[in-house]
Amino acid sequence: MEPHSEMVHWLFAGGFLLLGLILLSEAIVGEKVWAMRRWRVYLWPSIVFGLGLLMWPVMTFFTNSAIHMVAHGAWAQALMIGGAAELGLVHGKLHDPRWRLALPIGIFVSGIAFLVHEQNPWFFARSAFLHHLIGWTLVGSSGILFARAFRPRSAAFQSAFAFAVVAVAVMLFCDRDLAPIFGHLSPLAGVPHR
Amino acid sequence: METQLATRVPAVRTYRSHRARLISMLGPLTSLGGVVWAFAQPYRLTLLHPHHQGFWWLVIEPQLLVVVAGAVFSLLVARPLLVDLEEADGTA
Repeated sequence: MEPHSEMVHWLFAGGFLLLGLILLSEAIVGEKVWAMRRWRVYLWPSIVFGLGLLMWPVMTFFTNSAIHMVAHGAWAQALMIGGAAELGLVHGKLHDPRWRLALPIGIFVSGIAFLVHEQNPWFFARSAFLHHLIGWTLVGSSGILFARAFRPRSAAFQSAFAFAVVAVAVMLFCDRDLAPIFGHLSPLAGVPHR
Repeated sequence: METQLATRVPAVRTYRSHRARLISMLGPLTSLGGVVWAFAQPYRLTLLHPHHQGFWWLVIEPQLLVVVAGAVFSLLVARPLLVDLEEADGTA
């Protein structure tokens, strides 16, 4: 009764796409207009926190191996801490600007989690390729967020991160349990089912 | 035929600033992306051939998720944001 792994990736892709659109719109209008309605400043940190929360059922029900469980668990915690820190900052509960580093660290851990739990090489199958690509994209994005932590009002860093999130959403939508990548599919991967 | 009922035709909203135009286009363009994908890979849209499909294949349709993400953004985020943006541009 469990959904296929690729479907879980598509569901998260939908969440990441919405998150990317929200981040992009914030970058377009600027901080002042974005904060004209109070609920809006909580929007994307809540989505990040929610995505972290939803990683727990993934960890519970998609435990193919110990490394999957550790990676998904670490990822869930990192996203929740990153989202919670941003929520604390926008609400005014957290004052120390160093809390802004929680999100880049969370995204970095997410990238490492992607890379670590993909045991196969890049051209083993499409899912392996995408896991490597998403992992490195998230590691790169953590650099953008790290820079944004020191210049929080930079529209360039905000836009760059938004585009990275949209790119991750597209990659997640491309994920298939068993499909070739650029004509490559390891015979060890099995037979494509759809 | 005469009638005393007059229907107001809603005017097409046009936005002056390029920021507002960008925001108003984000959601529809995203949803359009999902529709284009559905035309490009109709076999992935299991609603078009629902027989002998399992529960999850019918519930989670990637193209529809893209359309829904665009629609949710347009209705819940872009619409109030455009009102605020117009207000801010008007006072500036």
